[in-house]
Amino acid sequence: MSSLLAVRNLTTRFHTHEGVVHAVSGVSFDLEKGEILGIVGESGCGKSVTMLSVLRLIPDPPGKIEAGEVCFGGRDLLRLTEPEMERVRGAEIAMIFQDPMTSLNPTLPIGFQIAEALRLHLGLGKRPAADRAAELLTVVGIPKARDRLGDYPHQFSGGMRQRVMIAMALSCHPQLLIADEPTTALDVTVQAQIIDLVQRLQAQLGMTVIWITHDLGVVARLVQRVMVMYAGHVVEDAPVEGLYASPGHPYTVGLLGSLPRRTKGGRTGLTSIPGQPPGLVAPGPGCPFAPRCRLMTARCLDENPALESVAAGHQVACWERGRMEGVWDGV
Amino acid sequence: MTELQVGSAERAAAGESLWRSAWRTLRHHPAGMMGLVGFSLVLLLVVLAPVVTPGDPTSMNLGHLLEPPSRLHLFGTDDLGRDILTRVLWGGRESLRVALIAVVVAAIGGVSLGLTAGYFGGRADSILMRLVDVLLAFPTILLVLSIVAALGPNLGTVLIAIGLSFIPNVARFVRGTVLVTKNCEYITAAHLLGATHTYVMLTQILPNILAPLIIYSTLGLGSAIMLTAGLSYLGLGAQPPSPEWGAMLNYGRDYLRDAWWMSVFPGLAIFACVLFINLLGDGLRDAMDPKLRV
Amino acid sequence: MVSDKCGTGSKVLLSVRGLKRHFPIFHGLLRQQVGSIKAVDGVSFDVYCGETLGLVGESGCGKTTIGRTILQLYPPTAGEVRFDGVNLTRLKGRNLRRMRRRMQMIFQDPYASLNPRMTVGGIVAAPLKIHGVMRGREAARRVAELLELVGLNPGFVNRYPHEFSGGQRQRIGIARALALQPDFIVCDEPIAALDVSIQAQVVNLLQELQARFTLTYLFIAHDLSMVRHISDRVAVMYLGKIVEQTEREELYEHPLHPYTQALLSAVPICDPVIERQRQRIILEGDVPSPANPPAGCNFQTRCWLAMDVCREKEPDFRDVGGEHWVACYRVG
Repeated sequence: MSSLLAVRNLTTRFHTHEGVVHAVSGVSFDLEKGEILGIVGESGCGKSVTMLSVLRLIPDPPGKIEAGEVCFGGRDLLRLTEPEMERVRGAEIAMIFQDPMTSLNPTLPIGFQIAEALRLHLGLGKRPAADRAAELLTVVGIPKARDRLGDYPHQFSGGMRQRVMIAMALSCHPQLLIADEPTTALDVTVQAQIIDLVQRLQAQLGMTVIWITHDLGVVARLVQRVMVMYAGHVVEDAPVEGLYASPGHPYTVGLLGSLPRRTKGGRTGLTSIPGQPPGLVAPGPGCPFAPRCRLMTARCLDENPALESVAAGHQVACWERGRMEGVWDGV
Repeated sequence: MTELQVGSAERAAAGESLWRSAWRTLRHHPAGMMGLVGFSLVLLLVVLAPVVTPGDPTSMNLGHLLEPPSRLHLFGTDDLGRDILTRVLWGGRESLRVALIAVVVAAIGGVSLGLTAGYFGGRADSILMRLVDVLLAFPTILLVLSIVAALGPNLGTVLIAIGLSFIPNVARFVRGTVLVTKNCEYITAAHLLGATHTYVMLTQILPNILAPLIIYSTLGLGSAIMLTAGLSYLGLGAQPPSPEWGAMLNYGRDYLRDAWWMSVFPGLAIFACVLFINLLGDGLRDAMDPKLRV
Repeated sequence: MVSDKCGTGSKVLLSVRGLKRHFPIFHGLLRQQVGSIKAVDGVSFDVYCGETLGLVGESGCGKTTIGRTILQLYPPTAGEVRFDGVNLTRLKGRNLRRMRRRMQMIFQDPYASLNPRMTVGGIVAAPLKIHGVMRGREAARRVAELLELVGLNPGFVNRYPHEFSGGQRQRIGIARALALQPDFIVCDEPIAALDVSIQAQVVNLLQELQARFTLTYLFIAHDLSMVRHISDRVAVMYLGKIVEQTEREELYEHPLHPYTQALLSAVPICDPVIERQRQRIILEGDVPSPANPPAGCNFQTRCWLAMDVCREKEPDFRDVGGEHWVACYRVG
């Protein structure tokens, strides 16, 4: 079983005036070739910072990847030099972001921007690069692609711009596509189009995808495996059916409970998680979720649990995971 | 009722306003603190001039003409035997008084204009801003000279002239701030609550102007001091025997080779004052920069 | 939802007829009007006392503009808004301001809707001061009461907004809206900017407050699952018009308008088994510009059921049975 990406104990901290922010603490996971992994969590949980750390895009200062290993294609990405890393980004691992407007240069036509990656990484000439760019735009579903090569980003709608981003990301046939909340800012019908597109492309090209989101609905639709993050830690890692059917971590249960479920008849109150997500400066030694957890014990406050297996391919980081049987009654 | 916030066990203390957090940041800003301390010192000396200085700025001591700095006369004496140190300190009262009042006049005038124009927009905005543009088109010196010519050369005229010449700049930037603030949702919320325009302008918008206004005024103070001194140097401001710094500079010009202390010390005073004010202004700007706020 | 305030019948609290709000587009040196953005283009509906009417739609449909036009933040370009029988569009000055005590709004952005220079106490007390209903110690007591009502520690009165999280700021906004005991609150995407677990807290709070004070809500949102949870009736907007409106379960179980069907189909369901088996309708293309709406029915450019008549004449908004209103030639 060869993983495409194996992350071990990744730890990233930011050194600010207010203190040291523990953005990512000891994150480990494996990614198989062709898999779609979803990373789920609320704001501040570290899901974006984890992926930016993998790609070594963390600004230093104030950020610093303090520990860990990121094995990709037989090499540890954290040990590569910057020029070697530049060859990896775009060509082997591509990333798309939430706001295409800031990822695209508003002063350059998009044909130019797509062709740029092609010229840099594949060394294509001007004409072949333009041809390939038009091809890519057609693949991602932009009508009259050739005519639109000369258009500027502001001439495209939000959904179209995201498609352009995907086209750019795919241009050099990366093995891994990381999508950081790409549909969060889009309307629901446009989101459906983009998810549909990614699913088709993934099937066609056999791409491996990491999809970061806070939307548990998108996760249910698209991904095969889910990693739930909280305050910089991975708290649960499970196949998607297993996560929704029998979530193992109290935080996951709380998240699923916060969602409005289809209740026929009366409206029941949503089960909310009391309190606020923790600050990331000077965290205590215990489980980060303990202060808000209904199952909290003394041990939870003193020791941070590691991920342990509760079922096939399903891992949970919780001392009280034995008590989680039957807690979740599903829909 | 609904669950109270986890952490309500924290002391519900007074919150940290902009001023307090600005002070906290300023304390760690070396240039700003130097400016603050330096300017405070100057201010203190100037205010306490009657107490600190020996004698009176105009008292002549014909036995000690043109003496270089010594223990008795720290800054030396001038051609009429007057103690330069005394004159510098008393002169500071003149310069700073004029500059401060001019800046206050400019602030009041500029805020009224800018707030009205920015808030109401439309016709009022167009008319007021065209007025401002006309004033801005005059070079400051020309504007000031015209006013002085009309009202006669004395410190009072200089005060009015400087104040008036600063108003357009203040109005411009206040209007800009108001335009940005006007569109914020909490202003919409205030309107929805049934607030009148007056209430919104005074209670909601004005506090948001205060911080940039203070920074602007601090830096403006430096300019005002320079202008006051400059005009007095040209003979258009303070008239003899006033110990105003610019006037002293001018007066000492003829003696520059033999009694350099007559011009150098007032000059240094101007320099130190403006330097400290500018440092303080920079420090304040960094301390109150909204980007640094949480 | 039955109480003294609303009586036992279905009393109409808010009545909107033919409401339009167009924003002019200017061009050129002389700022001539060359067109207009038809943000709200002829909308009619009623809101009954004590109910929650959900208003859904995607960006550009006009739902935010509607909320603000109803509250007379923008004067309507056409149409009428009656609140408890009073024609709001005719009110001016002091009369309008006095009416405002009964209608309030909760905003989407918890960071922009509170004045960063005012303390929490000042923000919540502002409505009391503006209308001169309370001052001094009495006002302070009311502020403490309101903060407790929304689940905040009353000791926080002297803190500033930037010291609170998004969810807490939203609660402050709710406390402010409640200060004058309004009857009607427009909730303009109140949870869109919050994390999922905090959304649940705020929605629970809104429901509790509604039950306790017999509030009437116009709940504007794009999150269809949350709208389903909180609303009694739901209206769907597309490009400035309401295309379908009916009782909540009826809309979600039997959507009649093609756009509603596509919309519901696009909303992901939090159950992978169901989600992956669903039939999905994927719409082609983008939403047309509200400055240039299509001829005939607004949706015909993307509708898979479009006929010739759809391209020529706009369909009427009709009740096709059981208070289920639709604007579509293919229905009824």
